[in-house]
Amino acid sequence: MNLAALTFHEAREKLRKREFSAQELTEAVFRRISETEEKLHCYITLSHDTALKEAKQADELLRTDTNPHSLLGIPIAVKDNFLTRGIRTTCASKFLENFIPPYDCTTVKNLRTSGAIIIGKTNLDEFAMGSSAENSAFFATRNPWDMDRVPGGSSGGSAAALAADQCIVALGTDTGGSIRQPAAFCGVVGLKPTYGRISRYGIIAFASSMDQVGPMTKDVRDCALMLEAIASHDPADSTSANRPVPQYSAALTGDVKGLRIGIPNEYFVSGIQPDVEQAVRTAVRQLEKNGAAIKEISLPHTDYAVAVYYIVATAEASSNLARYDGMRYGHRARAKDLTETYMLSRAEGFGPEVKRRIMLGTYALSAGYYDAYYLKAQRVRALIKKDVDEAFKSCDVIIAPTAPTTAFKIGEKTQDPLQMYLSDIYTISVNLAGLPALSLPCGFDSEGLPIGMQIIGKHFDESTILAIAYAYEQSTDWHKKKPNL
Amino acid sequence: MQLTREEVQRVAMLARLRLTPEDEERLTEQLDNILQYVGKLNQLDTSGIEPFTHAVDIANPMREDAITNEPNTDALLANAPEQENHFFQVPKIIE
Repeated sequence: MNLAALTFHEAREKLRKREFSAQELTEAVFRRISETEEKLHCYITLSHDTALKEAKQADELLRTDTNPHSLLGIPIAVKDNFLTRGIRTTCASKFLENFIPPYDCTTVKNLRTSGAIIIGKTNLDEFAMGSSAENSAFFATRNPWDMDRVPGGSSGGSAAALAADQCIVALGTDTGGSIRQPAAFCGVVGLKPTYGRISRYGIIAFASSMDQVGPMTKDVRDCALMLEAIASHDPADSTSANRPVPQYSAALTGDVKGLRIGIPNEYFVSGIQPDVEQAVRTAVRQLEKNGAAIKEISLPHTDYAVAVYYIVATAEASSNLARYDGMRYGHRARAKDLTETYMLSRAEGFGPEVKRRIMLGTYALSAGYYDAYYLKAQRVRALIKKDVDEAFKSCDVIIAPTAPTTAFKIGEKTQDPLQMYLSDIYTISVNLAGLPALSLPCGFDSEGLPIGMQIIGKHFDESTILAIAYAYEQSTDWHKKKPNL
Repeated sequence: MQLTREEVQRVAMLARLRLTPEDEERLTEQLDNILQYVGKLNQLDTSGIEPFTHAVDIANPMREDAITNEPNTDALLANAPEQENHFFQVPKIIE
């Protein structure tokens, strides 16, 4: 049995039955990494020695504990924008190339309390800005389904590691689609919870009104279990929701009778790859067979979402990235005075996409342009929110493709930044409105590349999303397919 | 509205980013392109619409003004580019 290929729920059951040890499981994962990492480049930092030590401790606890912690002994890959105490955290940037955080983010603290084993830190687009993992300052991660193609981004390393069984579960962050789109490109499950569901404390900030942590898993059950383990109210994050965490796995009954699914007209227009549309529509018909009611809805301001996002997110980013000044941590350039130290440290430390977005955001917030760009964008954001509120009066979830295409080739979209931005069209409104959304596999295109279907829910209604996702998943076997590595 | 090179230089100064002449030229073109695109928001009438800033309805949560974390100077200075006597050493600020 290839232990690294197990899901979280399978591994947990077998660990408790003593079919193998946590050390054996962790070793199997590291073996898999050494077999495939040269081709894939998923990890920036691997924690081999600490992981094995933690696995040994997990084995002792598994022996004596009658009610072991939920994640005890489970190997997890963490995106490299989560602060991990004592483990280098780079955000895939030269600026933080040698930065070792003095504390854990709340999510990692929750993972450690649950007994998870941290395997390492995965690659991303620098400062989470990108849709392909090509903007990493270190290397581009490859899609395990076709190594000439991108895994998606910004959580590309986590998605690829998961698809290649280089971990049992993974964590990512999603600001404009950065969990869902790589999940779709790599044929795995990815969830962006409601804004405020999971603490942002210790997550390197990109756009504070939209950033969210989320689980990336091999199937829907794993996703529900992960969400249970890491969702919490956190006093250290003033945007953290003070709401009880339901037992999400209890929603996985397979019963979707009477649930109403809205299909937005505006999401099925020209520009979408025909087999992507085909696969999503077929999946929706499957759910109808399972008993759900399908109706067409309208999200009239869809066409403006990308424009809103690239003003608001870049504005917030320009503010968040002002802290990288070379004074207290990170890269400090040799310069003749204070101002030049700032300017050169940042010029040398940041890659081109990061600079581009800082420039755009600074411009949009500057005197004379603030009203025309930033305020205007936030008003249109209110219209986009109004669209979804209206839609949710007559449906329980909205279903759409996750991305307009399957994984594109490395280098294909790097010439024109705007082309890359436009590929976020289906994921972006979700972040603008703070809604939860999940992507899961719903087929393959004619080249054998995975296609993802997106299920968008009401605020804090992850249970309904997971219920529908589970019912669909169990009617198919997409989640059992693995890439040929 | 065409974005000028002078504006790019002004913004670069605000953002404390040193740009090479090649950077300036490339960014002027790329940013102008993006700004033309986002200009489509002006097609929409947003009079009377409040800006939407908070995705979820939360008011400022308050707590007691008490110290809750351990002092940890060494750990905090560990990533400092330069330090001296438990201080961050920085370039001269006042001439």
